[in-house]
Amino acid sequence: MLILKRIEHLFNYIGSLGFFVKDILYYFFSKRRRLRSLSKEIIFIGIDSVGLVSLISFFVGIIIAFQTAYQLKAFSSEIYIASLVALSLTRELGPVLSSLVVAARSGASITAQIGSMKISEQIDALETFAVEPIDYLVVPKFISLILCMPVLVVYADFLGILGGYLVGALKFSIPCNFYFKMTFDALEYKDIVSGLIKSVCFGGIIACVSCWEGFRPISSLEVARAVTHSVVRSFMFIIVFDCILTAFFYFL
Amino acid sequence: MIKVENLSKFFENKRVLDKVNFSVNKGETFLIIGRSGAGKTVLLKTIIGLLKADKGRVIVDNVDITNLDKKGLDKIRLKFGVVFQGSALFDSLTVEENVGFALYQHSNLSSFQIRQKVKETLHLVGLENIEHLYPYELSGGMRKRVAIARAVIYKPQILIYDEPTTGIDPISVDKIVSLIEDLHKRFFVTSLVVTHDLNIGLKLADRLAFLLGGKIIFEGNKDDLSNVNDERVIQFLKGSSAGPIKEMEV
Repeated sequence: MLILKRIEHLFNYIGSLGFFVKDILYYFFSKRRRLRSLSKEIIFIGIDSVGLVSLISFFVGIIIAFQTAYQLKAFSSEIYIASLVALSLTRELGPVLSSLVVAARSGASITAQIGSMKISEQIDALETFAVEPIDYLVVPKFISLILCMPVLVVYADFLGILGGYLVGALKFSIPCNFYFKMTFDALEYKDIVSGLIKSVCFGGIIACVSCWEGFRPISSLEVARAVTHSVVRSFMFIIVFDCILTAFFYFL
Repeated sequence: MIKVENLSKFFENKRVLDKVNFSVNKGETFLIIGRSGAGKTVLLKTIIGLLKADKGRVIVDNVDITNLDKKGLDKIRLKFGVVFQGSALFDSLTVEENVGFALYQHSNLSSFQIRQKVKETLHLVGLENIEHLYPYELSGGMRKRVAIARAVIYKPQILIYDEPTTGIDPISVDKIVSLIEDLHKRFFVTSLVVTHDLNIGLKLADRLAFLLGGKIIFEGNKDDLSNVNDERVIQFLKGSSAGPIKEMEV
């Protein structure tokens, strides 16, 4: 019975989230945005995330380089570090890790912001001013996330490759031009595009889930829970959609 | 101006409002009084259209808002200026952006004109040179006054105050009460005040309704209160714990 209840709860959640996404898309296409409201969000979601994304992607680049070198050493093919770092970052780790960082950092903050607005009647106040909360609060965040994520991912890919190069140059003495030649030779147009498409989807997921969770609390205790749910559910949706998109690009 | 007919509202099978009936005439100050948790805020939110009535209807300025679509509801909402219980100022906006919010959203005025209007309205509520501050930098009383300024800046026809004096010191309470009286006289607006504070309520109101357990148990002029026979109303007026209203009953 408990399992049935949980399944029912899951379908209810996905259904109501679906209606929420429909509303976001309606307001997204219904009018032009003020640059000012977007610039605030872009700074908060994109620019303020750069530090954390830099740190993680740079070190992940180093880690991948060491891990692959460990295997490739047996075949004396350490030069392929460059290709493997580039491919794993652009196809998979760049979009996924950057999205997880943004979901944990900006997504949690979005949920907390909207949640505290909800319990302090600020959302009600918006409605009494005949301003639709989804239009005013959610759509700017949605647009900023789908705009910032691809830029962050390209930046993360670049820094990760740089991390890999550091290992290649310092440990295996691979010359700079040769390392980058191996990197770009391995990359195909499709690898980069698939990574960017993933990042746009993940940005949309973070916006929808974190905002939706923000609208649910009715007490301050529930705001704390909503923040946890927002991060956990964003992670889950990102991983599930990553799996679906990877399979899609594989068969494409 | 506002007519509430047989209004009922349920939350998960719990009846919060039970066939509520009353009307507010144009230009008067009407008080809804009752214990905390009696359903006063739910009633207010249903009147503004933030909550949907399960039964009955709410008529504002001869328009039944119960089944209005979003567009129609938005049109009606701009007739209201609402001062929320906790002020509900937007945390991420400055005082100037908060007070001028409705004008920024719905008027064609330039930013300069809006800033001027904000200055004038803040002066009206007794505040100066705080436009650049954020809500967290204000005291409780100042927040209330900023919330009132935000509600009156676009000259609504109906002003709604939800517990306007809760959580502020007695001097600020007196200032807020004087301000509400002043605004009422100055703009000749219809005011609907919801409070559990009888002294404040009676200072402001022309007529009142007493809400208990989601039902209106008294409606009339404030002078009628001296002749009321209902033991529950008498207990509330006395502020006594002994009487027909038990602790759990709201």
